[in-house]
This record gives sequence, C-alpha cells and structure tokens, in this order.
Amino acid sequence: MTPLAVSIAGAIASIALVLVVLELIRSRRLRERYALLWLLTGLVLTALSLWRGGLNTMARWVGVQTYPPAVLFAVGILFVIAVLLHYSTVISRLSDQNVMLAQRLALLESELREAEPRSS
Amino acid sequence: MPDTAELAAGAPAPAALAELRRVAIVPALNEEHTVPRVIDELRAFDPGLDVVVVDDGSSDRTAEVAAAKDAIVLRLPYNLGIGGSVQTGFRFAYEHGYDLAVRVDGDGQHDPSQLGLILAPVLAGDADIAVGSRFAAEGGDGYRSSRSRRIGIRILASVVSGIVGQRVTDPTSGFQALNRRGIALFARDYPHDYPEVEATVMVFRHRLRMEEVPVAMRERGGGRSSITALRSIYYMIKVLLAIFVGLFRRNVVPQEELQ
Repeated sequence: MTPLAVSIAGAIASIALVLVVLELIRSRRLRERYALLWLLTGLVLTALSLWRGGLNTMARWVGVQTYPPAVLFAVGILFVIAVLLHYSTVISRLSDQNVMLAQRLALLESELREAEPRSS
Repeated sequence: MPDTAELAAGAPAPAALAELRRVAIVPALNEEHTVPRVIDELRAFDPGLDVVVVDDGSSDRTAEVAAAKDAIVLRLPYNLGIGGSVQTGFRFAYEHGYDLAVRVDGDGQHDPSQLGLILAPVLAGDADIAVGSRFAAEGGDGYRSSRSRRIGIRILASVVSGIVGQRVTDPTSGFQALNRRGIALFARDYPHDYPEVEATVMVFRHRLRMEEVPVAMRERGGGRSSITALRSIYYMIKVLLAIFVGLFRRNVVPQEELQ
C-alpha cells in the first residue's frame, strides 16, 4: 500500500505544477498550445496521487509488488518524455522557420539594394 | 442611419462609404480556385475597396492569382495559422491608416454581396465591430454543417455570451467589419490558432461594442477547413482554457490607446 505521506506530497507537488502552469499562461509567458501537455501531466499525477486504490491496482497490473508509488514516478517520467519529445518537434519547426526567415530577409535586402538609385 | 433597402443583400455599397478609406482583408491558404472570384465579388460590391490577400504560406498559386487580380498580396514566408495571418491584415490596415476594414475569407464561404448588412451597424456608429452570424436569425438555419461542429459552436456561444453579458450566437464567425478602433485593437493583440472566440471576449474586455448581424454563408468553395474532426476537440479545450485564463489577465492594449 502507498504510504499516506507519499500520496499527500505527490498531490501537493502536482497541484503546484498545475497552478504554476496556469499562472504562466495568464502572464503570457506560456502559450495555451504548449501548456496543454503540462496541464495534463499535472492533472494525471494529481489523480494518481489522490486515488490510492487506483494506484495500487495499476501497480499490480504492471507487476510492481512492493512499492506502488514507483508507478507514480514511472507515469511522471513518461509524461516528461512526452513533453520533451513534443518540444523537440517544436524546436525543429522553429529552426526551419528561422532558416526561411533569414533567406527571405537576404533576398529582400538584395532586392531593396537593386531598387535604390545608386548614389555617387 | 442608411436606408434599410439600400443595405439589403445584393445591394451595392452604401453611399456613406465613399469618404472612408476602406480595405478588405482576405486570409487565404491554398485557395487559388476561389480567391479570384472573392476579389471580383468584393470589387463588384464596392469598387473603392482596397483588397489585401494574406497568403498564409500556400503551396499553390494563391499569391500569383491574387496579384494577377491587382490585389495587394502579403505573402507570409511560412504558415502562421489563421490568427497570425488575419492579424497581418489588421496590422497592414492599421499602419496604412484605413478607417474601415472588412474580413472576408478566401475560401468563398463569405459572400461579399452581404457586406452591406455587416457594415451597417459600423457605419451607423452603433458598433466598433460587426460580425456576420449564421445563427442569429429567428429560427435561422443559415448554415449546414456537421452536428458535432454545431454543438461545439453552441457550447462556445453560451460560454462567451455568459462572460460578455450579451447574446452571441456565432463566436466562430470570421465574417466581420471593423472601424478604426477595432482595427487598432486587433493590430495590437490578436489570439492564435483559432482566434475568433477569444477575440470576441477580448473585444468586450476592451469595452468596444460588438454587434451580430444575421447572414447566410455559402458552402466552402475550395481548400480545406482548418478544423478537422479530431482537432476540434483539441481546439475546444484550448479555446476554453484560453478564455478562462484570459479572464484573470490584464488588457494588453490600454484603454486610452483605443480612443
């Protein structure tokens, strides 16, 4: 059985995560689009922390006999991997767009220079 | 107040338009087949309307066909999504000092001959932003679409109506007319991805006046809706999150800058 203290600590940490993410959205430092996965992470971890019977059942399914909170860590790590993978795709897209912007700017600059009447 | 007969659908632009500098913003993504017709119809409605096509990174000839029709073309270097591309149009309108802007989508679902209806409240000074609604008419069925889409729109409509304290029937409509204050607001701050719902709340929070006008929309002439079935659930969650968090946010654009 999961120790009560672990459940309480897990729930507090998860709820704190949700609150921090919401505050980041509010202050416009985090866009909703990139916050959803974090919110899902926080909510799932909160649920698993508070729903102790469920955590025990899941632990039994995956063959964890002695210490059910291990499942909590595993789920947490899985979500963090998902967020990181998502960010890798976002960074890849951003760097592609950055290349396009730089190219567009170089072309525009050369067009501008050609359009300018030559002085001297 | 202009004569109502003058503003009936199909009628030419009201005479009050003549002294105003006005622009039509046409966001388009891979809509080479419908954009030329939309441009023609806009000019048929009002020959003095400047037409700006915002090409949101199309892979077809949207930008070329629009330029061939002598529209002003803003070609984005890559896809920004509907929010970013529409805001490009508002920024253009703001920086070039337009008094009046209309937004008409490049896929042909907005019928420019109905612009007279949408412009009426703005020209009369009753609204800063007027929006064509598919659902505002009594018992109105101005729009055929999937059941899930309609339910989604209805949910968003009731949430938005509750927040802004005014009945809003079609918060997802992009068929709009704006005066200079509306242009100024959207040029400064406009939501991303699926912007109209959040923008509606934003308009009220900045104390601009919005009015809905019943219109009928056409079937999409081409291209693809930016919202597919699975995505609509994601958007629902995203938009609701954005609206609720937005309630605790201070306005980005100070009130005095919108006078």
